[in-house]
Amino acid sequence: MANQGPAYYSPYPAALYEGVITPPEGKALLLEEVVDEEIAMREIAKQMLTKENATIFPGPQVLYGYNEEAKKKATLIKEMAEVLNAKMIPMYDYRPKYPKIDAEVEINPNHPNLTIWHNNIKAAIFIGVHCHYANVALKMVRCETDCYTIAICGLSGHEDAMATLRDQHSSELEKFIKIAREVKAELKL
Amino acid sequence: MAIDIYKINPEFRDIMPKEIIDLEENATWAQNRIKPRGIKEMPDTKEILEEHSLCAGCPESAALRYVLAALPCPEETIIVNSTGCTSLMFPHIALHTVHSLFGNQNAVATGIKRVLDWRFPDKQKDVMVLAGDGATVDIGLDYTLQSFFRQENITTICFDNEVYANTGGQESGATPKGQVFKMAPLGKKFEKVKMWELATTAGCHYTMNMTASAPKAVAKAVREAILVAREIGPTFLNIYTPCILEIGLSANEGLGEMKDQDKDRFASYKFVSPEAEEYLKKCKAEGKL
Repeated sequence: MANQGPAYYSPYPAALYEGVITPPEGKALLLEEVVDEEIAMREIAKQMLTKENATIFPGPQVLYGYNEEAKKKATLIKEMAEVLNAKMIPMYDYRPKYPKIDAEVEINPNHPNLTIWHNNIKAAIFIGVHCHYANVALKMVRCETDCYTIAICGLSGHEDAMATLRDQHSSELEKFIKIAREVKAELKL
Repeated sequence: MAIDIYKINPEFRDIMPKEIIDLEENATWAQNRIKPRGIKEMPDTKEILEEHSLCAGCPESAALRYVLAALPCPEETIIVNSTGCTSLMFPHIALHTVHSLFGNQNAVATGIKRVLDWRFPDKQKDVMVLAGDGATVDIGLDYTLQSFFRQENITTICFDNEVYANTGGQESGATPKGQVFKMAPLGKKFEKVKMWELATTAGCHYTMNMTASAPKAVAKAVREAILVAREIGPTFLNIYTPCILEIGLSANEGLGEMKDQDKDRFASYKFVSPEAEEYLKKCKAEGKL
């Protein structure tokens, strides 16, 4: 049985219980520090370009072409993966996998750590995952793995990720890709 | 391809697992006019529920597959369920489902239906309640009947296994008199509540009592109940899906048990109000049935 942690019945020390909250508008979060968006974008690009097995986890909001914004984001995420030399593993829905998940090719919010363990992922971007499932998944990953998690969020961000960008739409993704190219050139990769 | 929410962006097609590509290409949605939905499509189309975590041979899992195959418009259907064995399957369904507190399912469904009608006045949204006998007949009886009294446009399906099965075998209102379970060793002292008769009295326009032994009959009842609920008023189906473990049967004996009960406690009961009958005739003429 799990020991009672700082979050009472949750055995995990959620970021909120350590005083970390989502960044204000126009800002980003790096670990527990509120920083300018561009600084966070540079750090994210650096982490993704330098850590082992960097992976992007696109969620249902970008995997399915249900509106023009989702279609545009899909193109940009593909481009982002190429720039960051990152693998992509889809989180295509939130149903628990029965009887067993294929952790090599898919990720599920009910046990996201399995995919990260299996593929030895040291940096990961969550994008297009609905808020509550992103919250659950990021908490588990934060407690169960040493993966540097990055939330690129269309709303107010996620405090349980190591780095959070908020209000990210296609124009912001374009900006991030541009910065990632610059960082890549600086790192001579 | 039938529905936009499952249209995979081409950039991600190469990383998506086959089961999701199959859902896009081979599932039967209402918009797919070339091949109408129904029980007959089950063997060669992608099902909305394929995997589940119920016991091997559980009649409830079969019944749910029939129900899902018969939904007239699955992409516009919201299923509200309650705690019980069925709630173990709901997370696996590729549809919108809402898990309510035990017994509250008809109250939750009422709210969802009213809001959807207000939010999407141009779309026909079907709200269906699917719960066990404990939630429908015992703890949620008040909410269930009140939704019938209020003439809410929702379909209520009770998977009646005559016992609280996943909590170890306690008797429920739907348990027949004299039945002994692990946690009801003295046997039930009262008669089974005839929920289908209560539903009719409470104002349901289409009420049925049946078993899940005949897939086509279940599918027909589900489709008719949903169509009536859209236009006329509340509908109720009581479907016997025995818990084979609690009554000491093997995985291959569930169907036989249902067939036996077709002639006994679950002998067919059907009530259709005159308005509903008129409407169903119209639906048949329009090819909706």
